[in-house]
Amino acid sequence: MAASNFEKFKSDGTLLGNVTEWVDARFPMTSMWKAHLSEYYAPKNFNFWYFFGSLALLVLVLQIVTGIFLVMHYKPDASLNASGVPIAFASVEYIMRDVPWGWLIRYMHSTGASAFFIVVYLHMFRGMIYGSYRKPRELIWIFGVMIFLALMAEAFAGYLLPWGQMSYWGAQVILNLFSAIPLVGNDLATWIRGDFVIGDSTLNRMFSFHVIAIPLVLIGLVVAHILALHEVGSNNPDGVEIKKKKDERGIPLDGIPFHPYYTVKDIVGIVVFLMVFSVILFFMPEGGGYFLEYNNFIPADPMVTPQHIAPVWYFTPYYSLLRAVTYPLFGVDAKFWGVIAMGAGVLIFAFLPWLDRSPSKSIRYRGPIFKGFLTIWVVCFFILGYLGVLAPTPGRTLVAQICSVIYFAFFLAMPIYSKLDKCQPEPDRVTFK
Amino acid sequence: MNKLLLSLLLVPVLAFASGAELHLDKAPDRARDMAALQNGAKVFVNYCLNCHSASSMRYNRLRDIGLSDDQVRENLLFTADKVGEPMRIAMQRAEAKQWFGAAPPDLSVIARARASEFGSGADWLYTYLRTFYRDDSRPTGWNNVVFANVGMPHALWELQGEQVMGDDHTLKLAKPGKLKPEEYDAMVADLVGYLKYMGEPVGEFRKNLGVAVLIALALLFVLSYALKREYWKDIH
Repeated sequence: MAASNFEKFKSDGTLLGNVTEWVDARFPMTSMWKAHLSEYYAPKNFNFWYFFGSLALLVLVLQIVTGIFLVMHYKPDASLNASGVPIAFASVEYIMRDVPWGWLIRYMHSTGASAFFIVVYLHMFRGMIYGSYRKPRELIWIFGVMIFLALMAEAFAGYLLPWGQMSYWGAQVILNLFSAIPLVGNDLATWIRGDFVIGDSTLNRMFSFHVIAIPLVLIGLVVAHILALHEVGSNNPDGVEIKKKKDERGIPLDGIPFHPYYTVKDIVGIVVFLMVFSVILFFMPEGGGYFLEYNNFIPADPMVTPQHIAPVWYFTPYYSLLRAVTYPLFGVDAKFWGVIAMGAGVLIFAFLPWLDRSPSKSIRYRGPIFKGFLTIWVVCFFILGYLGVLAPTPGRTLVAQICSVIYFAFFLAMPIYSKLDKCQPEPDRVTFK
Repeated sequence: MNKLLLSLLLVPVLAFASGAELHLDKAPDRARDMAALQNGAKVFVNYCLNCHSASSMRYNRLRDIGLSDDQVRENLLFTADKVGEPMRIAMQRAEAKQWFGAAPPDLSVIARARASEFGSGADWLYTYLRTFYRDDSRPTGWNNVVFANVGMPHALWELQGEQVMGDDHTLKLAKPGKLKPEEYDAMVADLVGYLKYMGEPVGEFRKNLGVAVLIALALLFVLSYALKREYWKDIH
């Protein structure tokens, strides 16, 4: 529904009415409000899984607002102060102690980073179980995969900024991956770091990426994601198209206006989310060493390599994919193929709309092969994530390799098994209570 | 199905239980004991703050543990002129590195940095400061159970006395110090309590505020849920 299809507001003579009419003549205010909120018809049978889209938007806003305040006090400077502490590291502690409420803003931002990934992973999983990536929502899904990629880049750049040992050595490991690319790798890695080792120039450019470049991309992609969604309409837990059954006014029979119905419902979801968020923020801001890694309270020291370098939890499944590749192929180092596996592990989501040949979208009506394979895939994802925080041993690497094969097989074999699967017929209308 | 999932998840956890264990003693909780924290601050300033800085910690922040600016000025202000200054030290880092092999680290957040899967940072510090022993093979004459070949000599040896490592890998007090063992342990507990406080001075306030925030959110939940029910009652 294009925004210009709505009628412009006619003033009822009041001041507010006059202002609205004046603005409407110059800007699609009323029509945007209607197209995206008050006359955007969403299926009435959204369940628990449908909270995570609006929650992701909430966390994005939270990160941007807290980030604005953090930038006012944070200093991206790797040089040491008189006490031998890097200025970047010291400025974070300055925020934690000397900036009024700085500790709250900083914990909101650090907890928000992990919350973002939890919410986005659940949001993606929702898409997978209800087939929300299927026609006509391929572009929404592709924008989503791009958001996921941008979010990973954003988190990676942000994690360097506290300039602790894990910031430093985590970045060292990941940026070094570029050197695995044949021929140009070493020069490329040096170019990206801006130095032969991670240093002040790396910190400054990551700061720039984190506060300007990637957020701009992220916001643009989020707008595109929502515009595409509102163009075709939301999927729902039954996977049936509500636009196929409309009333005489052209309104889907199973659709309800997003505002006020889903705004009031999402407020409940937001409050529950904030309660969970607050439990972590106020009572366990380190998240057991997973949200804020303990080693990151040691200032970055290029001379001391930690015994064990573990990425933050949200990267660990992909870190495991990287480490699982141990065979050199075609005369190229195994590390290079690991990088390829890691990148493919993320990008393969984008192909889901074309890999899935099942007659029904929703897991509710899909057959046992998909349900079983998806369950195993989720288990493998968790195992890969768990292995990613541990130091590798031959046994762990073998398990990671098995899980990696299953991870990719779930996608690559989908064109075959999704066709074979015995699906139940989809209903005509959504099921509601 | 759920049982299968759970067992599938647990198999790798059990299979990969890590080998090297670090046994740490549990540090006594001093978080709300102001007298203990003040004693810890006294020990810290007297024994630690000569080689180690705590450059993120301002002296007057000690008001959190019940010390007024005047009390700080008269009793604790050794390395600065004004109570608003941070706990810095005069020792040059380059020289310190020559003397000890590594410059003594800043201790502002040491209690957070030393946390691990084996215990909290306070547990680590509490064990570390009680497990120095004589080792003539080390340049300082001291070694440590949880921090092997540590560069730091036993700064509190006068208080604890000298321990030696027995053939059965347990520590024995060979030469008693000024304090009885239980007095020494209590003092270290105070010091570690202070270090934990210093790692996050806002820690206790954070938890108190958290309770208030959760109560407010619980009320908001009741209201928002009632609002949702009210709107949704005409959707069938």
